[in-house]
Amino acid sequence: MMRNELLLTIAVLLILMAEIFRDTAKKRSINRFSIVLFIIITIIGFLPLRSGSLFGGMYEISDARSVMKNILNIGSLLVLIQSVTWLNKEENSEKISEYYVLLISTLIGMNFMISAGHFLMFYLGLELATIPIAALAAYDRYSNKSAEAGIKLILISALSSGVLLYGLSMIYGTTGTFYFNEIGKLFVNDNLQILGFIFFFAGMAFKISIVPFHLWTADVYEGAPVNITSYLSVISKGAAIFIFIIVLFTVFPVIISSWQKIIYVTAVLTMTIGNLFAVRQQNLKRFLAFSSISQAGYILLGIIGGNQLGMASVIYYILVYIFSNLAVFGVVAAISNAKSKENIDEYNGLYQTNPGLSLVMLLGLFSLAGIPPFAGFFGKFFLFTSAAQKGFYILVLIAVLNTIISLYYYLIVVKAMFINKSEAPIEKFRSDFSTRLALGICVAGIVIMGFASIIFEVIKNVSFGV
Amino acid sequence: MDILTLFVVIPVLTITGIVLIKDIRQVRLVAAVGMGIQLLLAAILIFLYFSARHAGNTAEMLFVRDIVWFKSFNIHYAVGVDGISVAMIGLTAIVVFAGIFASWEMEFLTKEFFISLILLATGVFGFFISIDLFTMFLFYELAVIPMYLLIGIWGSGPKEYSAMKLTLMLMGASALLLVGILGIYFNSAPGGGQLTFNILEISKIKIPLSAQYIFFPLTFVGFGVLGALFPFHTWSPDGHSSAPTAVSMLHAGVLMKLGGYGAFRVAIFLMPEAARELSWIFIILTTISVIYGAFGAIAQKDLKYINAYSSVSHCGLVLFAILMMNKTAINGAIIQMISHGLMTALFFALIGMLYGRTHTRMINEMGGLMKVIPFLSVCYVIAGLASLGLPGLSGFVAEMIIFVGAFQHPDLFHRIATIIAVTSIVITAVYILRVIAILLLGPTTNENYYHFTDAKWFEKISAVALISLVAFIGLAPLLLSKMIGSSLQPIINKILAFNLF
Repeated sequence: MMRNELLLTIAVLLILMAEIFRDTAKKRSINRFSIVLFIIITIIGFLPLRSGSLFGGMYEISDARSVMKNILNIGSLLVLIQSVTWLNKEENSEKISEYYVLLISTLIGMNFMISAGHFLMFYLGLELATIPIAALAAYDRYSNKSAEAGIKLILISALSSGVLLYGLSMIYGTTGTFYFNEIGKLFVNDNLQILGFIFFFAGMAFKISIVPFHLWTADVYEGAPVNITSYLSVISKGAAIFIFIIVLFTVFPVIISSWQKIIYVTAVLTMTIGNLFAVRQQNLKRFLAFSSISQAGYILLGIIGGNQLGMASVIYYILVYIFSNLAVFGVVAAISNAKSKENIDEYNGLYQTNPGLSLVMLLGLFSLAGIPPFAGFFGKFFLFTSAAQKGFYILVLIAVLNTIISLYYYLIVVKAMFINKSEAPIEKFRSDFSTRLALGICVAGIVIMGFASIIFEVIKNVSFGV
Repeated sequence: MDILTLFVVIPVLTITGIVLIKDIRQVRLVAAVGMGIQLLLAAILIFLYFSARHAGNTAEMLFVRDIVWFKSFNIHYAVGVDGISVAMIGLTAIVVFAGIFASWEMEFLTKEFFISLILLATGVFGFFISIDLFTMFLFYELAVIPMYLLIGIWGSGPKEYSAMKLTLMLMGASALLLVGILGIYFNSAPGGGQLTFNILEISKIKIPLSAQYIFFPLTFVGFGVLGALFPFHTWSPDGHSSAPTAVSMLHAGVLMKLGGYGAFRVAIFLMPEAARELSWIFIILTTISVIYGAFGAIAQKDLKYINAYSSVSHCGLVLFAILMMNKTAINGAIIQMISHGLMTALFFALIGMLYGRTHTRMINEMGGLMKVIPFLSVCYVIAGLASLGLPGLSGFVAEMIIFVGAFQHPDLFHRIATIIAVTSIVITAVYILRVIAILLLGPTTNENYYHFTDAKWFEKISAVALISLVAFIGLAPLLLSKMIGSSLQPIINKILAFNLF
């Protein structure tokens, strides 16, 4: 039942062994080895798995949680494939296997976190998922910004973990247990319990970067290497949202009216502030940081209703978001690795020189903006529908108006690539096989996801409501 | 594959063809062939429609095809047409076809241009065949977004500003629309049961009044923005004047009709009670649209701006007539949509051709063109006369029916609104005749004009195709109005059911 975690652990050990036994000159072959290993794990993940619990209920596995883990596997696989070009650079050749070990360790942490049936297991997974990422953010050891990103991330994680633990201690103090299903029964809408919940919420909000707990996001995203940024913005965030929705729906259903109010306010703030700040950005990584903040705001719309459709929409949207955001990040990473350019106005005239990359970027941005017939449109439509099902029409209206703001800044990038003229555009270059493979998968995902309604139906069948 | 789905499949195939072609010069040929097939298909559809009706098929929608798409939300891919949609599909096919020929000499990024143009057309066709609100909304957005690239890349003047303004305003409208559609969806089963996006099924039930009062304005304004409803019309003049010729044609000719059609098919058809109660607000707004657009056109010197404002006025009239909510007026509204679509496409095509020769669109910089390019000038006069409602051309039929229908309302408010709206005919005459006088008549002022060549073959195809239809509708309006009228009856019944109690 712990198949995914065990497999990932074995993978980490195998990569470490490969690091020891491989000649220094042939270190690059670790890339291929790790990715093949990961592909096998991803495929095995889709085999049916028995539901149940382990360690007296601390560890739980159900169909919904397996689907979430599979989605994270797919996303991580894409990130890994995208990173190969960057890892093959001269300055990284010494530390290739570290990258894989750290990244897969965080994934193990996320898997434990998602499978948690007990707050200690949850916290253990959360820490395992966070600390190696801070090391990864500081991966580029000669860059001050990268080091800054690492230290910021670790401090913020420590702070948010502290806040979260403080909240958990209140919940433990009032209920006397850490088991999810027991807390759910013992919750009585007591003030101290609600206070505990608010601290828990704040701690999670740091991880998901919900306004007003988002201030670290842009700096860390900008400083970290692009491939790490994409991992942070897609996989870490996705995992945090997954466990957040599980905990809200299974542990805190009693105080649904309280957390609906909190989510209502934070959703409006997250969307609006994320979008308004994104408008002013010049650096694409910062730009995408704010864009991903606003995307988290839309995702809250799926959570707020506490309904089955909402949970299904959230899981579906995360999958859509993985493909769309990784398409955009993939292009940014390819250009950043090849030409080290990351500013929007440096993209002027990109379509004339690199039409393929521009088109992928266009698809990714349109999907993020929710333009049909791309997957993002369906994802957003379902999120909004599930919120409207519970009568949150005004919130939906605010959200759709926010998508118009987001469309504005996504179009600014489109304008730079397709309309603006440049005296010195980014020269034509050919990206290597791994980049093209990853982008190809992303594009296929963006285009097919909406039409293949079966994906949504599968997700919906495993979802549950309050 | 059913005939309606072909209307989406053929443009997609055409786009695929264009993508695969290496030779740039063959791109336009593929586009023309693809859209030629589409036009043929539209003709076949009209024929099939008439023969089905003749054979006694009285179903509300014909050629219905319904495939479950997302089961959890009961979203279907559902298509079907009645006389109104058939007419709109015919209009779209002819305008797109003419648009391809009007952009025959497109040199810059040819491939991308035709792909975007046909993508836009795909959205429009899809919109008119849909009877499921979700599919309809999907195609609506699909039709809007290529406009950004079309205007931004191939436009002229302050193109980036116009493109952004147009896209954001229309997408803003779609935001209102989305909430409206969701509101309709969640009230589509007031007695419990399966919620649905299907227009026909929703029309069988009565949406609770409290919900109608919220969602009717949202839906109507959402579509109204696209139909240039005052005060949300400001995207239209800027967008039209910056857009390249074919895009202006498609946009004014077809895309703006999405607004009228949607307002009628979704807002009024599904929520007639609220429509009747709230129509006075929108009648005032549309009356302002009609008059304001016409006055705006007088004040302009740029040919495209003149036509853009004239479109505001004419499309305002469409919404005005729809809000009158009786059979005659709505019949007129639909004929007006067709007529304005053809005539304004003709206008923009001719302006593009004139601009290709004179390199200016300012009327005071031109003059005496009749002598040097008689073919184009005569076409322009015909388009102008159709626009000001000369009997024998389509504009007259449409406006006549609209005003007769509007005047059937016995109360003072409707009559005053009608009388004010009627004056737009006079104002229209002022700006049309003024343009013709300055532009075409009088002495030829500029030496260079003597070197002009008259219309080339592809320009003639474009112009003649449109003019013949304008004249055909003007001379034989009964055919069209019969097609519309029979489909209108069930809708009118639904709208009027309210009066019985």
